[in-house]
Formats: sequence, structure tokens, C-alpha cells
Amino acid sequence: MTEMLSGGDALIRALKDEGVELVFGYPGGAALHIYDAIFRQKDIEHILVRHEQAATHAADGYARTSGKVGTVIVTSGPGATNAITGIATAYMDSIPMVVISGQVPSSKIGEDAFQETDMVGVSRPVVKHSFLVQCAEDIPMIIKKAYYIARSGRPGPVVVDIPKDITSPHEKFAYSYPETIDIRSYQPVKKGHAGQIRKAMKQLLAAKRPVIYIGGGAILGNASEVIRKLVDELGYPVTNTLMGLGAYPGTAEKNLGMLGMHGTYESNMAMHHADLILVLGARLDDRTTNDTKKYCPDATIIHVDIDPTTISKTVQIDIPIVGPLDEVVNGMLEYLEQNEKRADPDALKTWWDQCNQWRQQHGIFKRPNHAPSKGELIKPQDVIKTLYKVTHGEAVITSDVGQHQMFAAQYYHFDWPRQWINSGGLGTMGFGLPSAMGAVFADRDTPVACVTGEGSIQMCIQELSTCSQYHLPVKIINLNNQALGMVKQWQDMNYEGRYSQSLYEESLPDFVKLAEAYGHVGIKVTRYEDLEEKMEEAFAMKDRLVFMDIYVDPTEHVYPMLVPEGSMRDMWVSKTERT
Amino acid sequence: MKKRIISILMENEPGALSRVVGLFSQRGYNIDSLNVAPTHDLSLSRVTLMTHCDDLVAEQITKQLNKLIDVVKVLDITEGRHIEREMMLIKVKAKGEQRTEVKRCSDIFRGQIVDVGPTYYTLMLDGDSTKLDGFIEALGDISVLEVVRTGVCGIAKSEKSLSL
Repeated sequence: MTEMLSGGDALIRALKDEGVELVFGYPGGAALHIYDAIFRQKDIEHILVRHEQAATHAADGYARTSGKVGTVIVTSGPGATNAITGIATAYMDSIPMVVISGQVPSSKIGEDAFQETDMVGVSRPVVKHSFLVQCAEDIPMIIKKAYYIARSGRPGPVVVDIPKDITSPHEKFAYSYPETIDIRSYQPVKKGHAGQIRKAMKQLLAAKRPVIYIGGGAILGNASEVIRKLVDELGYPVTNTLMGLGAYPGTAEKNLGMLGMHGTYESNMAMHHADLILVLGARLDDRTTNDTKKYCPDATIIHVDIDPTTISKTVQIDIPIVGPLDEVVNGMLEYLEQNEKRADPDALKTWWDQCNQWRQQHGIFKRPNHAPSKGELIKPQDVIKTLYKVTHGEAVITSDVGQHQMFAAQYYHFDWPRQWINSGGLGTMGFGLPSAMGAVFADRDTPVACVTGEGSIQMCIQELSTCSQYHLPVKIINLNNQALGMVKQWQDMNYEGRYSQSLYEESLPDFVKLAEAYGHVGIKVTRYEDLEEKMEEAFAMKDRLVFMDIYVDPTEHVYPMLVPEGSMRDMWVSKTERT
Repeated sequence: MKKRIISILMENEPGALSRVVGLFSQRGYNIDSLNVAPTHDLSLSRVTLMTHCDDLVAEQITKQLNKLIDVVKVLDITEGRHIEREMMLIKVKAKGEQRTEVKRCSDIFRGQIVDVGPTYYTLMLDGDSTKLDGFIEALGDISVLEVVRTGVCGIAKSEKSLSL
């Protein structure tokens, strides 16, 4: 029997039928019919955030941690525009998300009505797709399409803008949720080209100095397991992008670490000297290539990605393979099963010797690039090492943007996909805390730590209130250097230490008191000797949010760092040494 | 930098064209001319877009267009043999002796006079863009009051067609 539902009820029912369990949002005038429908049901839990930006970041963190599509509901106008930063963040990192925004009534659209914004127009450059709902009967089909588009192919955010009259309780229609969907203009590729895979494998096995380069696509495409098999089978050195950390175990011997702007010396050197690079699910953006004209001069590049636009966008690719990563890598494994030929073992050994020599020379774990912590001088690197030790490397780590993000990426060895949650593409300060909230909802059993700085955390600090309402036991690791560390580092290196607008000058809040004001626990750490014990204490409070305000050396820089306009072998490895 | 004529078949839906145009401004590509109308299948619109770019950018443009959800198919028709046409309405000053001169010039270019006033002629011409440019040049001293051009539309010269 078909049920008669209003647009508002149909929307919530459609979400339920789509398998949505959790939405993050904030009510307002144009969304009130929707919120009334939420009130009258129990299937979907709604999390009330304190700012719409946080709703999108929380849904994003939830999506990254769980692999499901994140869902957001906001109202029109400022509700919608506040959500934009989070939508853009998800877009740049290809995170599946559906954002439902209320809109002024259809009859008022275009009249500059109260809280009217052209949400479809404003969001257009930062969405995978968007819909403006024009009649209530379309709601089930549009929701079905929105979730399908968000999660399939290269994932991304989808906006569904719904005028208020469409969700009115007074008009009802016969509801049914479509079981299947076919969009004639959208057919994501299902399989890689077999000929291209063969061609790639021949090159791959003929290589003498190969590198396997893993990006965030490996995580989004659930390809970690097959990639691990491929690496085991080939025995080649591995490097990860910032977004790919955890796709291949960080502690594995074959992992040279992260590449790029603040990548390891050994990874960047291996990239520059490689004769073959197998790129798996990455987009070769400017933070990973340095000057593209000087990029990996000897390398044949094989690029596997689900999105054809990433191929040859920044760097000319020799062998492109467009397809789902797990499927393509499986094809590569099949090739290896059927062919006995492997890479020349002597050449591979020479290459590994070279890579290991680079590791010994400037590897951050073999030869630290900073002075040791002592007394009131806490090195930020040591905070991350302590965090790794205290959490046994098993926490979900979210991060904000800046020096702390790079230290976390460098020093916390991520062994699992979806363990490292950060805004890599857009670089959104304020992402850390709300994404940690999403991570808690996605995985209640794993401790979640948000590595942040006193700059970033203040961009979404209001979410301490949300954490209080829903008892979210996030551990905030605030690397407090009393300055915008990364800005300051650039000002040190490129502007002769002119700290333009990067210092707070005694204006920082007492974060311990602030945390307490929201009903949480605050711990201040100023001495290195206390760090581990206090952190143990914090993580022992399993059901409490603990804000650890850790005063770190404000003069510390992140190294290695690629030299601007250089190749990948041109790096600062410490404040005084350059390659 | 080469001239490119890109044919796009897309859903005839509100907002679809703005996604195409938005893509060009967002990624820093130029649009020289743009022509859009529904096809014989009213659920589809056909866009012909002319741009100037190098080969790498042309490849990115077609791939980025294909990625838009509303876009069904994309073809760079300048990659093969093709026909391109553009229509122009041009209003020129025509008094006394100028009237025969304009008429003669229009005849040479196979134009038609579609509106006549005591001091002006409005002409209609079609052809490829260079022919229309050539006509304006050939008018010499005659003063042009107004020019309206449709932008290029084009079709590939083979049985292969841009359809569902």
C-alpha cells in the first residue's frame, strides 16, 4: 500500500530508506517543516552543532571514518553559506556527502526574500552535483540520485536545495522509494582497460628504480588490501601522499613515508631518482610535485585513477589507466599470477640500498632534525611521538591545518586506512574538532584525538558545546606555540622574520578554563617531563573530552621542506641544511 | 593555441548550461562563442562552444565537461572533418549611393536584405566565422550600426553522430 506523505516527511523517510542513521545540522526558518518531520520520528538521529560549517566538517569526518555518505541539513541563506567551507573541503578531498538546504518558498525565489541565497549557484564550483527540488513528488528520486552520485565514481558532495513550500505538511503525495537508479548522463567507469594494465605491468617489471606512490584514492576506493598484496608481490619502495597515509601501513619496512612539501627526505629523493612511478589514486597536486618542469626527470609514470581529469592535469602521464583502484590493482595481481617474470633482483637490491642510505642520511626517525625536548622546551614533534606511544598507534587522529598537521602526518605512523582524517586539499583551519565529532559517531570504540593548534582550534571552538551535549570524548591535543606556526615559518624563511599578523600577543584564552566552562576537562602542560603522564591521564578518561593545552617550542619549523620552484630532491632538511 | 569547436550534448534542464559556463570561468578557459538550443529530442540540449587553447588544455576541457553530471556526450569536432556555420544579422547605414554598394556587397557574400528603412538596411548572412568577419571588413567605409551573431554551431562530417 502506498503511503501518503508530506514533502517534509517524505524527505526524512527517503533518508531512512537510503540507510542514513545520522545527520548533522542546524534548524532555521526555511527548514522548519523538515525539522518538524525530524521531531516526529525516531529512525534518524540528528546532531545539533553550533555552526553550519561544523555540521559539514562533522559529516565529513563521519564519512571519512566510516566510509559511508555524510549527511547535513541546514537552512537557507546564512545557514547555506556557512556550510560552503565544509562543502568545499569535502569537494577537494572527494568525500561523499549530501547537504540538504532549506530554501525560501518557490514563489519568493528571486525576490531577495529574507534569508534567500541562490544555494545552487553559490555552491556550484564546489559540488559534484546539485539539485533544486521543484515538486514534492520528486523528493524520493532526487534523494536516491544524490546519494548515488555522492558515493559512486570519484565521490564528492551533492547539494539538495528544497524550497519551503515543497516540504509543507499540508500537501501530501503517494510515497515510494526507487529501488534502482540509472542516470543516462552519468556512468562511472567500472573497469580498467585490460590492454593498458598489461602495458603498465610490462613497464613495472622492467623497472630498475621503481616507486609505488599511494594517494587518498586508495582509501576512498577501499583498495588498501589489494595494494598491500601488490607491494608484497613486487617488493618495491612505497610512498604516500598526505591523503594516502594509512592506505599502506606506516610502520611497514617498505614504506618510505610521506612525499611532497613536508615529505620525508627518502621519499622525495626516491621520487626524483626513480625510473618508474606507479601512481595509485592520487592527483599530483602542486604540494606533491614541486616544480612540474623539474619533476622526476627519469621516470615513466603509470597513473591509475577513477577520474580521467586527474590524468595529465599537472604532469604528463605515460600510461594512464582509468578505473576503480581495487579492480585495476586486482588486474595487476592477476597478471603477476600468470607471469613469472619479476623485476631484476640485483637492480632492486641496489635501489633498496640507495633508499636505505637516504633513510640513514636524513630520515626523521634515524637522524632527528630537531633538538631534544627538555624541561620547559617541548618540541612539537615529541608531542606527536608521545601521542603515538600513549595511544599505541591505534587512535583515529583528526587534524587541523598548519605545522601541527604536518608533525602529525610525519610522526604518527598510520597503519590503517581511515585512521588519519585531515583537510588535505582545501587546507581548512577549523576542520579538526568537528571532524573528530563525526569520527566519534562513526566509531565509538576507538579513541579519537584531534591534533590542533591554538589558531585552528579557535576557528570552530564553539563545538566544545556540541561535544558537551552529546558526550563526545574527543581528546584535543593543542600544540600551543602562541602563533600561527606555519605562517610564521614562511615569514622566517621568505620574509626575513617579519611576523605580519601571525602573533597573538598575550590574547589567547586560558584553554583549561575554557574547556571547563563547557563542562570538559582541561590539562595544561608546560614541562616535557610531565607530558607522557598527563597524556596517559587524559586518555584514561575514556568518557570525557579532555583539552590538552601543550606549550611547545614556538621557534620550531617543519622539515624537510621542498625548496620553492625546485625539483623533488631540493629540500631544506633542517634550519641550516639544504640538499 | 588552436581554434576548437566543442559539441556538447546535455540534459535540457535548468542549471545545466550554468554548469558548463561555470566550468570555463572556474578553470580559466576562454569561451569565444557559445550556441545552445534543444535538439529534436526535447529532453536534450546541444551546445556548440568555440574556444582557443593548446592540445593539453583541450583534453582537459573535454574531460572536465564529460565529468559534469548533466553532460551526456562531448566531442571536439575540430579533431576531424566537420561543418561549421554561423548566422549574422547586421544593420548598416544606407543612404543614397551607399544603398547600391551595400546591396552589391551583400550579393557577393550571398547575404539577404531582411529589413529596409529610409536610412538603413538589415542584412542576414551565414557561413563560417571567417566569411562573416570578411563581410564586415568588405563593407569598408559603410558604417555598421549593429551586429548580432549566433556563435558557431557545427556538426561532424561522418555518419557518426553525437546522440544517446
